[in-house]
Parts: sequence; structure tokens; C-alpha cells
Amino acid sequence: MDDDPALYRALSDATRRLILDELAGRDRQTLFELCARLAGRHGITSTRQAISQHLDVLADAGLIRTERSGRYRFLSLDTTPLRRISARWPAPEEGPP
Amino acid sequence: MRITLMSLFVADQAAALEFYTRTLGFVKKTDVPMGEFSWLTVVSPEDPDGTELVLEPDQHPAARAFQTALVADGIPFTSFAVDSVATEHERLSALGVVFTQPPLSMGPVTTAVFDDTCGNLIQIAGGP
Repeated sequence: MDDDPALYRALSDATRRLILDELAGRDRQTLFELCARLAGRHGITSTRQAISQHLDVLADAGLIRTERSGRYRFLSLDTTPLRRISARWPAPEEGPP
Repeated sequence: MRITLMSLFVADQAAALEFYTRTLGFVKKTDVPMGEFSWLTVVSPEDPDGTELVLEPDQHPAARAFQTALVADGIPFTSFAVDSVATEHERLSALGVVFTQPPLSMGPVTTAVFDDTCGNLIQIAGGP
């Protein structure tokens, strides 16, 4: 039994991983900006509706926060859930440089 | 057939005229009173005989619902051409204009998106 299906499902798609990359590059993006980045930089021409569905999956996993600010909605990355991955399979400690 | 007019819904025509002329730098072309509202258009001073932008009252309830939905997702209603997006972003920001998207370079074109204070988001596009 997998005990964290929403997180692994969210990370299992290339477009969703690019969404996380773009939000890591700049916080607080509108859906329009995110779609422009995906199209302009990665050639992803999915409809806004399709991107919205990807965002729903990422939000279910807690990887994205939506913030209302006045009349606008901004999207930000929340990497907190990723800690569960390294807690489950810890990477070797890095020695001093 | 030619495109001579392009319409934009605005919440308040007087405030819109102020923003589109004083802040953006367009010039008033036509202002014909028609009852409660006016037939109000502006043009670019760089192209005074070019396409006129009609500042149209957003009186229909569906107009506001449409605008609200677009603005929430950061989608601009239309786009204007500028020489330098960075220069305009700096100039307009200094005048208190709110950008929902700062200049974003995508190969040959740079874009940015701002709030026109009248109910719409507007994109500017051009060189960096």
C-alpha cells in the first residue's frame, strides 16, 4: 500500500514537473503568466483549462498555494511535502566541503 | 474591410479617459455625449489616424462577470506595442500602475501585464 499517493501522482507527469520548475523560478504568478512561460520556454501549448487541471493535482498534493490578492489570484510553489520523500529515503549525509 | 475601432469595457469613462491619456499617454480623439454616457475614443499620438480605442461603459452585468473572471487568472483583455517593455514597466510603476506580470522575456518578444484601474488587465509587448 502506498501511503502518499497524491504526492507521487503529482510528480509523475512531465508537464506538472515543468510547472513546479517555473514556479520555483518566480513566485506569485498568475495562471496567464504560468501558461505564457510553459508555452514560450517549453513549447507546451496545452489549453489553460488543461493547465488548471494539472494545478488541481499539484494543489491536492500540497505543492501549490493559491493566494487571492484583491482581484487577482497568484500561484506559488510550496516544497514542504517534498520533505516526506527525503524523510522516507534519506540521502547520504554530505561531508564537510 | 479595415479595423478602425477596438472596444474596451470600462467601469467609469471619466476615470478611464484620465488613465488612458495621462498615465498611458494616448490622446482623446472623439468625445460625443450620448445621454448618460459618451462615445469616447482615444488614439496613440504615434498613430493619430490609426485604430481608435473605444472606452465603452461596462453597463451590461455580463461584461463585469467576464472581466472579473479574466482578471482573476491574470489574462489581459488586449495588448499594446511598445519599444521597450522594461522602460514602460519602470515608467508606469513609478506612476503607481500595478503589474500582475513583470517583464517576461520569451525569445524575440518581452511582455508584461498591468491593471488599467478600469476593470481590465492590459499586456504590453515589444523589445526588452
